[in-house]
Amino acid sequence: MKKSPPVADWATDYDILDPDYAKDPLPVWRDLRARCPIAHSDRWGGSWMPTRYEDMQAFVKMVPALSSKEPIVVPPVKAFDPELDQHGTDAPPITSDPPEQIPIRRLILPFFTPKAVAEHRPFTEALCARLIDGFIDQGSCDAAVQYAQEIPSRVIGHMLGIDPARNDEFVGWVRNVLEFGLSDPEIRVKYRRVIRGFFADMVAERRANPGDDLISQLLAKKLGGEPVTDGMVIGMCNLLLVAGIDTTWSSIGAALWHFSCHPGDRRRLAGEPELFPSAIEEMLRFYSPVTMARVATEEIQAGNVTFKPGDRVLMNFPAANHDPEIFDRPDEVILDRERNRHIAFGVGIHRCAGSNLARMEMDVALRAWFARIPEFELADPDAVTWAGGQVRGPRNLPVRFKAG
Amino acid sequence: MRIKVDPEICQGHNRCCALAPELFDTDDYGAAYALNDGAVPEELAEKARLAVDNCPEFAISILDESGGDD
Repeated sequence: MKKSPPVADWATDYDILDPDYAKDPLPVWRDLRARCPIAHSDRWGGSWMPTRYEDMQAFVKMVPALSSKEPIVVPPVKAFDPELDQHGTDAPPITSDPPEQIPIRRLILPFFTPKAVAEHRPFTEALCARLIDGFIDQGSCDAAVQYAQEIPSRVIGHMLGIDPARNDEFVGWVRNVLEFGLSDPEIRVKYRRVIRGFFADMVAERRANPGDDLISQLLAKKLGGEPVTDGMVIGMCNLLLVAGIDTTWSSIGAALWHFSCHPGDRRRLAGEPELFPSAIEEMLRFYSPVTMARVATEEIQAGNVTFKPGDRVLMNFPAANHDPEIFDRPDEVILDRERNRHIAFGVGIHRCAGSNLARMEMDVALRAWFARIPEFELADPDAVTWAGGQVRGPRNLPVRFKAG
Repeated sequence: MRIKVDPEICQGHNRCCALAPELFDTDDYGAAYALNDGAVPEELAEKARLAVDNCPEFAISILDESGGDD
């Protein structure tokens, strides 16, 4: 990642890629929420950053005044590559606004209801067991690389009918788009093309030889009375891959990070497994990984600031989830928090379509881990690294535990 | 007690279904609805309140409260 100069004042010059901010953003959010509460920065193409729950709830309803056409805040790829302008970054329905957004979203929603994702639970359980088998005898592992990272990519690969041998490859593509590519448009352009090309081939192949996978089922659907186009399905696959991997990976990793350095919470969850559902919601609240962006299409007065057409707005859902106006003791993890109206999956019409899948994966991953590795700790705190930007989570997490 | 999920507001977070599967289910698109026309047996009243208080969209309301609010 390119080096950028240190931040002078977070209210006017925040840097979402600052490594210390990625590690612990809570002090910055507390500061901004109290004195701004909507910060601005010229970095990475310029953006606004609200920090209050109430603001986030209001902004998601301003549709399409705050459009979802460009959900990544760094300058869009098309600024660097006119060829990708047409469809290259399309990931419908996340990049769609109403009225088109509604029927497009309805094409994918049936695959992600609680009942639909429950069908992938046995696959996920077998996967987690196999991953743990791979390192439990060593008494140590990188819980981000060898566990958290492997789960969502293999589950979505399974749903799309992708050859499991290509898993490492497409994890790399996604990281190049969302992580390394954030500060380097050339990398981003390159891997956007790779992903697009991969799915173009795959869609053509499934069009010719349909199976029972998600891609074949999408191809059989209709949109506005017409068969869904290949381009639309390619865009949706792009979304499912890019949005489905490092987000859930971040959530599983952040939870394992938390329990590896908070032994009180770890022992409590190991001893009281009935807390898993509320503990998972609390992990989602406390370590919400995802910040999506909107772009203003008209002038909007937002408290003491004005968004001008073309201004980008970071929907800082993670900061909203620490707002003391809404959450009691917001900067404490409370595993049995009963009232937890968090918006880790966003809120409004773009609520994460894969939220039930993410929850199922977190539930399976954490239960499987705790069942066999109830006691674990950080092996080397200095070796832990966090990705920041718009998807925050640990990328290296060496832990140790009793072997076997 | 009777509860209602506003279909115009629900975005399918499904927190209600997870917290109170006795009271809520989803349609084929993941939108939630209240089972049994929203009738809540007394022993499930607290679960219904939890569902209301955990909905990120503020989509669930208590229509008639027979037995005290919190």
